[in-house]
Amino acid sequence: MKTVGQPLVRADGRAKVTGAAHYSAEMQVPGMVYGVLVTSGIAKGRIVEVDGGAAERGSGVLAVLTPKNALRLPGKPQGEPPDRVVQVLQDDRILYSNQPVAVVVADTLERATHAALLVRVRAEAEPHSVKVERELDRASPHDIIAGGRKQEPDSSRGDLAQGLAQADARVEELYEVPPETHNPMEPHATIAAWTGADRVTIYDSSQWVFSVRNKVAMAFALPKENVRVFTKFVGGAFGCKGSPWSHVIIAALAAKQVGRPVKLVLTRPQMFGMVGGRPQTRQLVAVGARKDGQLTALRHQSTSATSRFDTFVEAAALQARHLYACPNIETRHRIVRLDIGTPTFMRAPGESSGSFALESALDELAHALGIDPLELRLKNYAETDPSEGKPFSSKSLRQCYAEGSRRFGWEKRAATPRSQTRSGMLVGMGMATASYPANFSPANAVARILPDGSAQVESGTIDLGTGTYTVMAQVAADALGLSYDKVRFDLGDSEMPEAPISAGSMTAASVGSAVLVTCGALRDKLVQLAVSDASSPLRGARPADVRVEEGRLSAQGRSDTYAELVRRAGGKPIEARSRAAPGEERKKYTSLGFGAQFAEVLVDPDLGTIRVSRMVGVFAPGRILNARTARSQLMGGMVWGIGMALHEHAVYDEKLGRIMSRDLSDYHVPCNADVEVVEPYFIEEKDEHVNPAGVKGVGELGLCGAAAAIANAVFHATGKRIRKLPITPDKLL
Amino acid sequence: MREIAYQRAGNVEDAVRAGSQPEAAFLAGGTSLVDLMKLEVLNPARVIDVARLDLSRIEVTTGGVRLGATATNSAVAAHVEVRRRFPGLCEALLSGASPQLRNVATVAGNLLQRTRCAYYRDLSTRCNKRSPGAGCAAQEGWTRMHAILGGSDHCIAVHPSDMCVALAALDAAVHVRGPRSERDIPFSDLHLLPGDHPEREFALEPGELITWVFVPATPAAARSRYVKVRDRLSYAFALASCAAGLEIAGGRIRAARIAVGGVATKPWRNLEAERALVGEAPRAEAFRRAAEVALQGARPLRDNGFKVELAKRTVVRALTLSAEGA
Repeated sequence: MKTVGQPLVRADGRAKVTGAAHYSAEMQVPGMVYGVLVTSGIAKGRIVEVDGGAAERGSGVLAVLTPKNALRLPGKPQGEPPDRVVQVLQDDRILYSNQPVAVVVADTLERATHAALLVRVRAEAEPHSVKVERELDRASPHDIIAGGRKQEPDSSRGDLAQGLAQADARVEELYEVPPETHNPMEPHATIAAWTGADRVTIYDSSQWVFSVRNKVAMAFALPKENVRVFTKFVGGAFGCKGSPWSHVIIAALAAKQVGRPVKLVLTRPQMFGMVGGRPQTRQLVAVGARKDGQLTALRHQSTSATSRFDTFVEAAALQARHLYACPNIETRHRIVRLDIGTPTFMRAPGESSGSFALESALDELAHALGIDPLELRLKNYAETDPSEGKPFSSKSLRQCYAEGSRRFGWEKRAATPRSQTRSGMLVGMGMATASYPANFSPANAVARILPDGSAQVESGTIDLGTGTYTVMAQVAADALGLSYDKVRFDLGDSEMPEAPISAGSMTAASVGSAVLVTCGALRDKLVQLAVSDASSPLRGARPADVRVEEGRLSAQGRSDTYAELVRRAGGKPIEARSRAAPGEERKKYTSLGFGAQFAEVLVDPDLGTIRVSRMVGVFAPGRILNARTARSQLMGGMVWGIGMALHEHAVYDEKLGRIMSRDLSDYHVPCNADVEVVEPYFIEEKDEHVNPAGVKGVGELGLCGAAAAIANAVFHATGKRIRKLPITPDKLL
Repeated sequence: MREIAYQRAGNVEDAVRAGSQPEAAFLAGGTSLVDLMKLEVLNPARVIDVARLDLSRIEVTTGGVRLGATATNSAVAAHVEVRRRFPGLCEALLSGASPQLRNVATVAGNLLQRTRCAYYRDLSTRCNKRSPGAGCAAQEGWTRMHAILGGSDHCIAVHPSDMCVALAALDAAVHVRGPRSERDIPFSDLHLLPGDHPEREFALEPGELITWVFVPATPAAARSRYVKVRDRLSYAFALASCAAGLEIAGGRIRAARIAVGGVATKPWRNLEAERALVGEAPRAEAFRRAAEVALQGARPLRDNGFKVELAKRTVVRALTLSAEGA
């Protein structure tokens, strides 16, 4: 029986709930000591002195490392973008609040924590700026890195001014998304253990062991193979563990300097500033349409914040290039440099923040035209990619709209806002389109048949908690002709075949394809071995006639097994290595995952409190490898949509240049009470062009459009259009 | 966390004696104290553990209910007589924190919990409550969650408790045992306004230990309600809250109780607002007038102007619910 698509439970589920799964910070390394960072309280300036005297006298303290006495790194801890510029105690510059300025190493975590509080940092503050609004006149264009490739910041097609002039209704508004932070449940954590003067092992909570390996190797001027990185389990990442940040290098530096393995785990407050976040965006959207709803103009301009010393562009306007059939489309991206830590990719970077603006604007346009918001989308359905005229490798958005509308009960939505109530609450319904690129990067894998006939498959990828262990074993089982329980998939080790970053929703697509072709190659190798093996019952059979099921090869009534083949070949595992990479074929198409989001809200008319009573999302993400884990990811994305719409906000104190909502009490994410009925559904697609696995990725699609659907529902409930997230009760008074 | 002397008190006398020493702090559930000790915001030299003292009983007396100092928030909220006589107190308790926290947080601990002001909790910023005379970074900072009532130029930190808002409205009395005597403190006197000395938070003498809280049963208390408005639907501090109770007879309000939370430096009861309702018919216009009085003197800051109107609407809602619940 095929296992791909089956809703199998997680291979690692039991280990996780019983504590047998060891996350990076839980690894036990003999002789390990503890590092705790001291971070800057000011946003900009120069360190005059770091007084570690009192800390050093603390019991159990091994070292207080500051820019004065920290090891000079022999190399440069920087790679090519999007690798992040880090601050690793090499100079006296303070570039943002909460930047690491020292690390205390002690024999216990408690002693290191206490000693870190005794470190006195004297710094000369310089004027800082953390407010996008004050720096808009200095906004500048910059290339975007999205989906692993560079893209132009601006695009223009047709004649926008003419398109706006032709419109019977126009909406031109500013939409704002505040800075957000990822806040995975598991904080950033690194253990660095030197096993020789030039050899180090790193256990890191990471989305990409190879990036950690490369960065550490660069910083310490080591050959890559001298750095080994493990990431066996990750408790959430969402982009913030995609680039190794300062603490990873500092852990390795401290370990080298004290001559002991060092564990360094960030505290929750330390995760606000030095490990990225979604930058604030200000998005101007202009849309115009004729009376019948036909779009004549679409302009999406986004300005996002980045740091002074490094660049990240929130590509919020990219989707406007591909989403709707409109002859006149302009997009523009600008960045503003501030004295903040560098922002980075955060779940659906650009697509989630951008869809809030674009899909809100379309809702406003529908209202202005008196057209149903869903009708407006259908009226402007893009059969081909409007940006380059390419066909889509597959697109089932129409089915998503239809099924979503039916399951949600969209027909019950009254056209007039603030006209429906239930038990004293205002009822609102909103919808939005979701889209996310189907990314695919080169990936490698190795597969082996072991003497017992079972398979071991490996790739140096990551399971972020998403189900990689499980789905890869499913893909391998089908490709090898084995039952699922005879396949073990392993990952998270930089000595395994190289895999791309687990980000951009591309692990299932990329590593899944690599596992598919590698296991296909191994199966073919074993079939070949059988038919050419004089002692095999299958000798002489045509390879094409051989079927493999449950590890048994059969043709014309004769059969052999994997275990027998391995035994006869000398008892050593038989292996194949292969690689999957995008080819020319893919370039002929635009590949996107699509979806339709529907949300119902109940708003207290007096107090402004909002309940998201129901969300329905229907998504078309190519092939589904595991219905359970895919559904969980989409559901998680939709829940993030609740957070983006109603809660999340990293609040800067402008005067201090510092994020003040630095814990999960002040930085709100949805809690159980905020999450009621959240229903993701799939339209499964057979896409032969996107990648060998036929997968488009589900990690981010569920968030796209979700905040807009909720904001649109709030408008429908209250008649109030909130264009600045999060939508908190005060905004509805 | 600095090194501390830890002492488990064997009885109330021991606790009071130990608590009279310099830099001593009582430990019960620890949900506030331990948290702040880990941040080194509070740095007691000795911690006197009173969690195991025989102070957790909830006793029904003729005139009301006596809540033992170490009764947990969960136990109080689940108590059948508390639910019957003080529904607003239960609602307040259940709207606070999370079940896990309520299972260990105690009555007295809730009374003495510290503000959630982000500046108070951040050692790298100025805070008069934490370091007297240092200044208050919040005044020029992110003030969305701060007080519009009861603040001073030195402190605008909100008192975060929900339970205390209900107890203020219910006219509770706090019984304390000190080194020399025991006494009752009217609830409205327990918490001090920040004034020039925000570091002084409670009207307690060194060593004084809260042993119980007495809540008088009244007709208004029996119809009390608690309404809390917050940024998410659970596990969040109030933007504005109100505990209100009405005694209604012959279509007229005979007695009213109103206290507001989330907007003031201490649980904020306004007797004038209560008096404004006496003799009125329980209708929206009267409730709104009382709400206006309850928020008199509000001084909004840059980010929290909305709290004035939101708190008024919250008062109206709580009064409406109390009037409806017969």
